[in-house]
Amino acid sequence: MSVAPTLLAVEGLTKSYGGIHAVRGVSFSLRAGEILALIGPNGAGKSTCFDMLNGQNKPDSGHVRLLGEETTGKKPREIWRMGVGRTFQITATFATMTVRENVQVALISHGKKLFNLFGSAPNFDRGEAGRLLELVGMGGYADRPCGELAYGDLKRLELAVALANQPKLLLMDEPTAGMAPRERVELMRLTAQIAKEKAIGVLFTEHDMDVVFEHADRIIVLNRGTLIAEGSPAEVRGNPQVQAIYLGEGLLYEGGHREGASA
Amino acid sequence: MAFYVVQFLTGLASAASLFLVASGLSIIFGVTRIVNFAHGAFYMIGAYIAFTLTERLSGAFGFWGSIVLAALAVALIGVLVEMVLLRRIYHAPELFQLLATFGLTLMVEDLVVLIWGPDDLVGRRAPGFKGAIDFFGQNIPSYDLFLIVLGPVVLGILWLLFQRTRWGVLVRAATQDRDMVAALGVNQKWLFTSVFAVGVFLAALGGALQIPRDAVHHAMDLRIIVEVFVVVVIGGLGSIVGAFVAAVLVSELNAFGILIFPKISIILVFLVMAVVLIVRPWGLFGKPEAAARKTPGLTVNPWRPLTSNERLASLAALLLAATLPLFAGNYALTVGSEIAIFVIFAVSLHFLMSVGGLASFGHAAYFGLGAYGVAFLAKMAGLPMIVCLLLGPLLGCMGAAVFGFFAVQLSGVYFAMLTLAFAQIVWSIAFQWVSVTGGDNGILGVWPEKWAASPSNFYWLALGVAALVTVALRVMVFSPFGYALRATRDSLLRSEAIGINAKRIQWTAFVIAGTTAGIGGALFAYLKGSVFPDNLGISLSVDALVMVLLGGVETVSGAVIGAIVYKALNIWLVSQTDLSKLVLGGFIVLIVVVFPKGIVGMLEMLAQRRRKSSPPGSPLLAKPIESAE
Repeated sequence: MSVAPTLLAVEGLTKSYGGIHAVRGVSFSLRAGEILALIGPNGAGKSTCFDMLNGQNKPDSGHVRLLGEETTGKKPREIWRMGVGRTFQITATFATMTVRENVQVALISHGKKLFNLFGSAPNFDRGEAGRLLELVGMGGYADRPCGELAYGDLKRLELAVALANQPKLLLMDEPTAGMAPRERVELMRLTAQIAKEKAIGVLFTEHDMDVVFEHADRIIVLNRGTLIAEGSPAEVRGNPQVQAIYLGEGLLYEGGHREGASA
Repeated sequence: MAFYVVQFLTGLASAASLFLVASGLSIIFGVTRIVNFAHGAFYMIGAYIAFTLTERLSGAFGFWGSIVLAALAVALIGVLVEMVLLRRIYHAPELFQLLATFGLTLMVEDLVVLIWGPDDLVGRRAPGFKGAIDFFGQNIPSYDLFLIVLGPVVLGILWLLFQRTRWGVLVRAATQDRDMVAALGVNQKWLFTSVFAVGVFLAALGGALQIPRDAVHHAMDLRIIVEVFVVVVIGGLGSIVGAFVAAVLVSELNAFGILIFPKISIILVFLVMAVVLIVRPWGLFGKPEAAARKTPGLTVNPWRPLTSNERLASLAALLLAATLPLFAGNYALTVGSEIAIFVIFAVSLHFLMSVGGLASFGHAAYFGLGAYGVAFLAKMAGLPMIVCLLLGPLLGCMGAAVFGFFAVQLSGVYFAMLTLAFAQIVWSIAFQWVSVTGGDNGILGVWPEKWAASPSNFYWLALGVAALVTVALRVMVFSPFGYALRATRDSLLRSEAIGINAKRIQWTAFVIAGTTAGIGGALFAYLKGSVFPDNLGISLSVDALVMVLLGGVETVSGAVIGAIVYKALNIWLVSQTDLSKLVLGGFIVLIVVVFPKGIVGMLEMLAQRRRKSSPPGSPLLAKPIESAE
């Protein structure tokens, strides 16, 4: 895995609102197949950082490169076309369409058939849509209206949608927020498995430290807009600075996992 | 110079009434989130009641007392309306609310004629303000000066009311977050009712104060409501200061527009509104809104293409409709043609509104442009009918391409208002550019050629085109483009995140809908043999909205049924009763309150219920003239 090429290179990312430096000179990189967690307390600049990666926010200075190609200043849809899939903290799906149709829309977009006026969308790439749904364990739900799904299923659907353009990089904003503990583990295990199989790099933010330490290959820690620590879960866990910030949070479970989180 | 000063003061005086009505609308919207179309109707009733009272009560006290009394009486009517009607639809999609209050407006228009008669009523002059003041040789009515002072005074009173009273604080809190206010234990019901009463009071006061300046008549509601919408949109929905500034701006534009651009004075105001909406989509003093509620706000069953049984049934219905000339007379065939044309019009709006989630309030513009396109080609270029029919709709297409580009930058109520503004611009061009469009006299003598001239042939032509258009649009709903369009309606965020250029998709849908409407308009020109500015007027746009909602906004092809029922009912009512607006308005209100899913939506629900009780053998659903792909 150490020979995998650098997928995402972030250099000196900076953003301020008025006089407040939300993000200050953040640099890190991500390799194909690697799962990188971006953590930090509330207000650390995680979301700002994240939004600058997916094009929803423009940095004041700094660079984001995907396989050597600059993505700063590009729109979310352009970044998607470069091979970045994403899921949202609060799921965003097409509520009046069925589960399969949700995936089909993404496939239509990927196939650049958006302006095809007279084709048949219900038959569009049904096979691939089915495979993606199977992959995330939603095969049996294909014809269900998306608006009826339970929250955990919506998250899995989002993952299927995010995989529709065969992304090189997955950006997941709090992928397990609002889910039951058991579902969290399942979703992250699934994500990790897909990432390894398809050599997709995954960057995710997360508040649940169990999820982070269980599934991340590497962790970067933000505090007040600057990067304060970076390394393997063990290294980050042992970092006194990180411990100081997180005192009273999940890090106090030295090396242990909560119930349900262990394999 | 003095002349311009006087013109300026006249503008300021007009602004007073406009401000009163607009601030009322703004306050109501801020708290209840209802865009009250009936606000103009309350304004009108205020004027009528004030007229009656001032005739009865004598003296200065009688006059001013009557004005206030009239406003109070109308506020009471407003309370009644709020409690009986609006409370039932606060949770309905905003489009339904707009429609319900529009139905109310229709009813009031007929009621007013019923009570006060159709003639203009000229009211008393205000005691103490009967004269005029000489200003360097120009006369200024002293009543105008009174109004000029009144505007800022009312603004000040409202400011005090909202800043210094407990009620005002609650209203401001509810404007920001009404759920939170409810959670804090405030009785929302009465807060809403009182806000509505205050808003209506202001509207009625505005109307009552107009009687010394203007004659009272039964069409004053629509005139004011369009202007008030413009004011509120320019100023920012929910902002009272914005309403004041915009009222002054609009009134001055009107006052000076007539002097500088007599030909395009009406356009000027709408042009300013369009510019404001594009530069500051939430108005000069408004705040960016949270995402508006989606047009199809109720639960939506996933759409599916017709089953082969349903296709056969649709084909059978179409064939049945095609047999009409075998037994029906000429009048029935003409009515049939008109209905078929309105089916085209309705499905075109439906495509934009239901599939794209973009409720256009000015869709008639593209219908009318298609009609004018045909008229120009036939009368000026003398082209044969078939060429005119093919090329005429292109004018609608071009109009939709230009206006649609700007309109899709907005969404929700603001999209509706901008499309309304564009339609008004097109209407005023048709109305005022007499040398080309014939103005109010229209363009006459656009008759079909011999092959299509007989009522039965024309009926078949209209029916055929309607069927073709309906099928084509239905195919598009289930095309990749249709999926993408629905995706942009359901979630802009997700659409952009999977590479969809939402604005371009919506723009394309707008152009498709506009072109299709233009096809309807082209046929309409030949059916009537003439084209008038009314063919792109507001009432026609509203007709289209009603047809779509009546059929069921959440259905794939409900608009077809909606158009048939509404148009047939409309034509029948006009022939049966003088109070067609009253009946129609009542009907619309009833639909919104009792059958919010529309006719087809209701049928589908019933069918589904039956299907659940008896799983095998799906019952044939009566479907309109749509056939196989």
